Amino acid sequence: MNSSSYTLSLTIWVPIAAGILTLLLNGEQQKSAARWAALIGSVLGLLASIPLWTGFDNATAAMQFREIAPWITRFNINYALGVDGLSMLFIILNSFTTVLVVIAGWEVIKEKISQYFAAFLIMSGLINGVFAATDAILFYLFFEAMLIPMFLIIGIWGGPRRVYAAVKFFLYTLLGSLLMLAAFIYLYNVTNGSFNILDYHKVPLSLDVQKLLFVAFFASFAVKVPMWPVHTWLPDAHVEAPTGGSVVLAAITLKIGAYGFLRFILPITPDASHALSGFVITLSLIAVVYIGLVALAQTDMKKLVAYSSISHMGFVTLGFFIFNSQGMEGGLVQMVSHGFISAAMFLCIGVLYDRVHSREISAYGGVVNTMPKFAFFAVFFAMANSGLPATSGFVGEFMVILGAIKVNFWFAFSAAITLILGAAYTLWMVKRVIFGDIANDHVRELTDINSREMLFLGVLAVAVLAMGLYPKPFTDVMHVSVDTLLKHVAVGKLN
Amino acid sequence: MLPPSLNLALATPEIFLLGMTCVVMLVDLYSPVVKREGRLFFLSIVTLALVALSIYNIATPLAAPRQAFNGMFIVDGMAMLLKLAIVIAVAVVIIYSRAYLSARKLFSGEFIMLVLFATLGMMIMVSANHFISLYLGLELLALSSYAMVALNRDSAISSEAAMKYFILGALASGLLLYGMSMIYGATGSLQVSKIALIISGSRGVDPLILFGLVFVVGGLAFKLGVAPFHMWVPDVYQGAPTAMTLFIGSAPKLAAFGFIMRILADALAGAVSDWQGMLVILAMLSMALGNIIAIAQTNLKRMLAYSTISHMGFLLLGILAGTKNGYASSMFYIITYVLMTAGSFGMIMLLSRAGFEADNIDDFKGLNQRSPLYALMMLFIIFSMAGIPPFLGFWAKLAVLEGALNAGYTWLVVFAVLMSVIGAFYYLRIIRVMYFDAPTETTPIVASADMRGVLAINAFALLLLGIFPGTLMTACLNAIQASF
Repeated sequence: MNSSSYTLSLTIWVPIAAGILTLLLNGEQQKSAARWAALIGSVLGLLASIPLWTGFDNATAAMQFREIAPWITRFNINYALGVDGLSMLFIILNSFTTVLVVIAGWEVIKEKISQYFAAFLIMSGLINGVFAATDAILFYLFFEAMLIPMFLIIGIWGGPRRVYAAVKFFLYTLLGSLLMLAAFIYLYNVTNGSFNILDYHKVPLSLDVQKLLFVAFFASFAVKVPMWPVHTWLPDAHVEAPTGGSVVLAAITLKIGAYGFLRFILPITPDASHALSGFVITLSLIAVVYIGLVALAQTDMKKLVAYSSISHMGFVTLGFFIFNSQGMEGGLVQMVSHGFISAAMFLCIGVLYDRVHSREISAYGGVVNTMPKFAFFAVFFAMANSGLPATSGFVGEFMVILGAIKVNFWFAFSAAITLILGAAYTLWMVKRVIFGDIANDHVRELTDINSREMLFLGVLAVAVLAMGLYPKPFTDVMHVSVDTLLKHVAVGKLN
Repeated sequence: MLPPSLNLALATPEIFLLGMTCVVMLVDLYSPVVKREGRLFFLSIVTLALVALSIYNIATPLAAPRQAFNGMFIVDGMAMLLKLAIVIAVAVVIIYSRAYLSARKLFSGEFIMLVLFATLGMMIMVSANHFISLYLGLELLALSSYAMVALNRDSAISSEAAMKYFILGALASGLLLYGMSMIYGATGSLQVSKIALIISGSRGVDPLILFGLVFVVGGLAFKLGVAPFHMWVPDVYQGAPTAMTLFIGSAPKLAAFGFIMRILADALAGAVSDWQGMLVILAMLSMALGNIIAIAQTNLKRMLAYSTISHMGFLLLGILAGTKNGYASSMFYIITYVLMTAGSFGMIMLLSRAGFEADNIDDFKGLNQRSPLYALMMLFIIFSMAGIPPFLGFWAKLAVLEGALNAGYTWLVVFAVLMSVIGAFYYLRIIRVMYFDAPTETTPIVASADMRGVLAINAFALLLLGIFPGTLMTACLNAIQASF
């Protein structure tokens, strides 16, 4: 391997080390030191992930930046890392989001500052580990360990019903992931003692076994995505989490669920995936249409965006299970794009919440009069969220619809309804919050966004626009990996 | 001259411990009151350190099993590793308990003496190769434990706990002896290796042995505290002074594991398919009952008692696999379990002070604001108990689940997995009150440096061993492979 073979380890351990360091700066005098340590740590983490982009080879579907070291010889568990076109972008997206979260929490968080930033940094490292692990147990370890900081973030810095939301979040996710662990142990026995995920891709399995494994993995990842009807933890968690928590939840952890489909469900149980694709597509379409309608009825801004996330993630799973490259790439693009847009939406809501301390749509009105700069960004991201062409939101949805129409007109038709619904609920919210007359004194006293807020919203706006106008670099990265996966799924494991 | 089959040298740690226990009694008698506590503490720790050293000395290099006392006593890998763990656990118990007991005027020569005698009993249990020596070790431990629970004479709840413990313990001993006598009747021997030979040599298992087996398993289940023989566990855990609960919950579990291995995996190895089924039922009941009832508890000690019951259910998963890998996994599990239990009760004692027990879950409210470090340590311990990676408890669960799945009990593994989600719910409650609630107590937490140091090592070991569990796992596997 070349000299950069520690790149993935760095993306995992730099944020974690920075997090531990930040945790130690917990004195009253050290508040600004903790902030700076967190910022420097997150920026270093982002820098550490840059070589993944520059050094990535688009022409191969094999794992790149591989690292392997024996870890627990008793069970043949290895510290094995690697990325391909399916996972690489998410490591960068996550490292990038972490920087935003640190900046967003800079002045807002006043209690237990060092713990807050430490939790985010440690979680960032663990999430990078989830995307980079090629050993099943290593993956599981990161996957579960990530719950701990998120649980604390929601529970300590969250809203009034934070405890309920935190516990619900934890237990829902744990139930799914433990079944996945049972599946891993089963596969370990089938493969005569291997926890290498790539071995699982190859091992032949009968259809019945595949279906059981499918169910075990599905329980884990469907909760994470989340798919209807196991989505109910998400609105609670989103609403109660602090802004930073909502951003990471929406932008990154939901993607882990979708990533799980690509890394585990489709390649390990291809035939079961085909057999059960109707089931998954049905759930996805219910999410897209029904949850879109639910979003329309929300009065709480965060809840509205949370439901919109579920609806958008329905697109992703739909794209994966129509088994063509447009659908799958569309799903992946949608994942990255949704990472930017949902992060931006939650940050926008956070900007308002920090000033007025209400998330109710009815508490606002005419914000544009007092916060013109903010209104510009809010409207822009709302447009992106409803899939306006030239923003990244359009690209993914359009590709998925194109892919779906090849398979079944009605799939595409139902999915396309969301373009209308998405525009309806997002723009209606914008109309009520941003435009109109000044509704009350709170709004009258609002101050426009400062340069710190301008910074993170501006960066996200550039990302959304860039991906919307020229998505080719993103699709190039994933193209070969997607094609290889589709071929693998098409061949199946039965013969 | 001593007959060569006596092989006294192999029992050096036990003999030394017995001698030192007598010295402790004398020191207790002849020390002035002001110096007594310090001397006893120092002497007991030094004794245990020397015992550990001599165990280590005998155990290296790890040779084939060696017998002493004409086959009554055996020294093998499993015995050595368990003894080492027992001695370390007991030393940790003494360190954690000192301040707690001395604040309640219970730190006396009797306590140290009982602890050391119990330790001797445990060491004999794991090294016994004969039903008589097994039973002697067990009773030495049990009688010392009964007395320890009752040590706080003025407390009605302690006396009640001791009474329950004694009566049910005596019943269990009776069951065990009855079962052993059946096996003796069928095989004509009380020696573990001879019984194993006779059973494996015969075609089919004698019904008399099966009859005895039922009683033996029942007795073992009583001692281990698995459902439906668990009734004494919650009452004793809650009623005994926390230091005694810590003792009962830690080292004796290691000894009980060794004891079960000697009887089931060694003597009755030929009847494996018969006891497997019994253990499946015990394991399922324990995991279900322990985890579900724990949800309703408000007393932390009682909750940990139910959590212990469920942990013992998990422990059985590895044993019932009936393979060396399964045994090694269970051994790993029990060592992990002791490490976690020691930490959890250590934390309770850390927060307690004279007149305040800190044994309600609500007493942990707002710990993160009172002391972030202690809260973090408790978080490590609790998440480890819940089996969340990267903590050590996760690997223990993984190992036993792998053992059970490998033996073909897929549905049992799924059941265990579902039960651990229920378990996570009540473990989370502790984290919740520590981190999400405001403190109701503001008294500063004071503790001696040695206690803080050992407790911190204990808690951080759960994380560090969780990141590098390989060494301990391999040590358990080697020990088991050298023994069976």
